[in-house]
Amino acid sequence: MNRYIVLRVITSLMIPIILIYAFYVQFHGEYSPGGGFQAGIVFTAAFVIYTLLYGLESAQRAIPPEAAHALSAIGVLLFAAFGFASILLGGNFLEYKVLLPNDQAGETFGIIGIELGVGITVAAVGLTLFYSFAGRRGGE
Amino acid sequence: MRIRNLLAVTMLTGIYSLIVAVLFVLLDAPDVALTEAAVGAGLMVILMLGTIALTTQEERRQSMRHNLLALVVVAITGAALIYATLDMPLFGDPEAPAHVHLSPRFTQESPDEIGIPNMVTSVLASYRGIDTLGEAVVVFAAAVGVLLVLGTGAVRGRGHGNRGRARREDQDEAP
Repeated sequence: MNRYIVLRVITSLMIPIILIYAFYVQFHGEYSPGGGFQAGIVFTAAFVIYTLLYGLESAQRAIPPEAAHALSAIGVLLFAAFGFASILLGGNFLEYKVLLPNDQAGETFGIIGIELGVGITVAAVGLTLFYSFAGRRGGE
Repeated sequence: MRIRNLLAVTMLTGIYSLIVAVLFVLLDAPDVALTEAAVGAGLMVILMLGTIALTTQEERRQSMRHNLLALVVVAITGAALIYATLDMPLFGDPEAPAHVHLSPRFTQESPDEIGIPNMVTSVLASYRGIDTLGEAVVVFAAAVGVLLVLGTGAVRGRGHGNRGRARREDQDEAP
C-alpha cells in the first residue's frame, strides 16, 4: 500500500478528521444525530483505514488487542455502574435523575455517562473483531 | 442472473447498505442512517473481506435441481406477506398506532423531563435504558464469541515462519 502516494497522503489527512468526527458524534449526541454506538463504529473505521495503510502491527502498537479486550468490558461495566449508582442514591435501576440534585441535570449527566460506556464498548468490540479477522493469517 | 464471485457480492452488500442509509436520511432518521452507513457499508464489508481473505473468493458450484415445492411455498408466503401489508397504516398516517400510543408523551414531555433536544437519545438512553444496556452486553458477547472462535489476532511475537507456534499461542490466549 505504501507505493500509492495519493492514497497514503489523502488517508493520512483523513484519519485525524475521522477520529475528531467520532468524538463529535460521541459528545454532541445530545444535540445532533448520533451517540455512543455510531461514535464507536466511526472510531473503529478510522483504525481500520490506518491498518489498511500501515499494517496490523503498527495498529496493534497504537491499541494492543489486550487493551481492546479490557475496554470492551469496561464500557459495559461503566454503563452498569450508572445503573447501580442510581440504586444506591435511592432511585430505580438506571433512573439517572437521582444522580444530581437537579432532575434535568441528573438525566443529562446519566445519558452522557452511559453513552460514553456504549461508545467505549462498541469501539473496543469493533477493534477486537477486526483484529481477530485481520490477524488470523499471521503478520501482514 | 447469478453471481458466484463473493468479492462482488460483498461489494453489492456494501452498496445496498449505503442506499438504505440514504433512504433513512430521506425518511428523516439520521441516527439510523449514520449507524447503517458506518456498520453496513463500513465495518461489515471489511469483516466480510477479511473472511474472504481467510477462505475463498468463489462460491462452490452445486448441482441445481428445480424444486417445485419450494417455489410453491415461497409464492404462498410472499402472497400472504403482500396481503398483510394491505392492513398496515399508510406512510406518515398521523392516526397510525405507533403515533398515538407513547410517541406523543415522548415528543411533548421529554424536552422538559430530560432536558436534551435529541429525542432519539432521550428514548434510547433514558426511557429505554435497560434495552440499551442489553444491547451493549450483546455487542460485548459478540466480541467474546469471535475471540473464542478466531483467537485474538495479536501480531506480536508471531513471525512469518512459525505459524504452528502462532496458532498454539492463539489457543492459549483465547479466553
